[in-house]
Amino acid sequence: MPRDTLTGSRIRERRIMAGMKQAELAREANISASYLNLIEHNRRRIGGKLLVDLARILDVEPTVLTEGAEATLIAALREAAAARSALGPELDRIDEFAGRFPGWAGVLADAYRRTVTLERTVETLSDRLTHDPHLAAALHEMLSTVTAIRSTAAILAEPGDIPADWQRRFHRNVHEDSARLAESSQALVRFLDTAAETGDAAAAPQEQVDAVLAEAGHAFAALEQPGVEPASLAAEVGADLSAPARTVLEAIFGRHARDAAALPLDRIEAALGEGAPDPFALAAALDASPARVMRRLATLPEGILPAPAGLAICDRAGALVYRKPLPDFPLPLFDAGCPLWPLYAALGQPMRPVSETVVPAGRTRRTFRAHAVAEPAAPLVPGRPALFEAHMLLVPVEAAAPDMPALDVGTSCRICPRETCPARREPSILGPASSGAQPPEAPAGAAD
Amino acid sequence: MGRELLLIEDEPNIIEAISFLLSREGWRVRSHSNGLDAVDKVRAVRPDAVILDVMLPGRSGYEILAELRAEPDFRDLPVMMLTARGQNRDRELAEQSGVSRFMTKPFANSEMLEAVRALVAAP
Repeated sequence: MPRDTLTGSRIRERRIMAGMKQAELAREANISASYLNLIEHNRRRIGGKLLVDLARILDVEPTVLTEGAEATLIAALREAAAARSALGPELDRIDEFAGRFPGWAGVLADAYRRTVTLERTVETLSDRLTHDPHLAAALHEMLSTVTAIRSTAAILAEPGDIPADWQRRFHRNVHEDSARLAESSQALVRFLDTAAETGDAAAAPQEQVDAVLAEAGHAFAALEQPGVEPASLAAEVGADLSAPARTVLEAIFGRHARDAAALPLDRIEAALGEGAPDPFALAAALDASPARVMRRLATLPEGILPAPAGLAICDRAGALVYRKPLPDFPLPLFDAGCPLWPLYAALGQPMRPVSETVVPAGRTRRTFRAHAVAEPAAPLVPGRPALFEAHMLLVPVEAAAPDMPALDVGTSCRICPRETCPARREPSILGPASSGAQPPEAPAGAAD
Repeated sequence: MGRELLLIEDEPNIIEAISFLLSREGWRVRSHSNGLDAVDKVRAVRPDAVILDVMLPGRSGYEILAELRAEPDFRDLPVMMLTARGQNRDRELAEQSGVSRFMTKPFANSEMLEAVRALVAAP
């Protein structure tokens, strides 16, 4: 229903709010009660002097009667209606509802906005529980250990005899697993306590940006087009982000756009051969800086590379300022990375290319080719520190070549199980690595 | 000779406990700890049922199951997924991959045994 046909409804609402009878208002406005009744039921158009008189009597501006509720209120109500469309809200009467019951409409719109905010918070926290490498790895480890203890202890508690060799094995297993559980649970509680004290529950700007980049797979078609305005895109894509996060996103988009202009998609595609990409060879072929090539490779649309490439960028202090993790090579959200990463080797030897085959700690033990280089992040100024920035491109490969031994690396010390690592800077919340004891032969059947 | 069950799980002490329990029920239990060649192992063993962990070295249980289900020989193979994660999202993934049953860690031994009986009894 068009808005200008609801003036009568608003007059009626305002009259009721003012505690006036229809006859009383009609008398003061010098019209008949039956005519006012027609107006209030939107059966007669109203304007001019009569509208001004009624507004004066009702002590409101005439525009309140003609324009009704604010557009933002109507828009919020439409969003609420769309979100709960199954309930059959009368969409064609939103304007009438907002005009006749502006207070209740405001309450509904506010409640809807509040619900959306809370749902987002829950989603963020839930997502974090699932994807935070600290929590996910620690909880998985704990639950697996608990499962082994529970099952083994239940066997030992059964009435009847268990073969002596199995009884010894089960006692040993329970002892080992309970020790692992005690250490990992204490470490997890310490981690959660620390996180609560330091306010880690709130999403940091980098974390917000990571979520936006991850959702897009780090590829933004708009940035491949000439003349794109990174600030506008950041404002659009990051509309829900905090102001600091949008600033970070804008800087990332700006660099992405410059990279795309210098190395357009078709040039990169033409230079790519089959198999895993080598950013240093590509840089030479394209006459571009290796760091730029790495950024381009990590932000290519899906399907161009045999497998998506990961990317970590750290600043001169070693802080990770860009993360594109891979499923089998997570990158820490809050901590510094593993000191063994080629990223840091490159940071210590600026401008020198570093390539290593690495296997990250974890259950999957997949192999990656890690290419790293440190290049100036800002113009070099005599007498001032050179602000180098290191890039590390992660390319999944089938397995380490026999003549190229793989380097075992971690994600961050906190979730790395290699307790004897010389680069360790703090204990792992996972506790010591499993003893690696092989299971005995099953009483019937065979085990690998 | 009893029926054969392949247990694909990387936690040695869980393998020991489950192997012990199922072997007492008459199952011949074989175990395998690596996700990368788990499908080859199933092809070689051709078990009557499989217990499959979700988080395995090299490859996830979801990928393994999806590849098995793509082969006519294993379309109806009873497979129970065992995971430390029991969230709805994981259940959905398991169902999309074609799982027969889904069980979360930690479990009671009686629950696990009952689930295996139901796994092979199901039409």
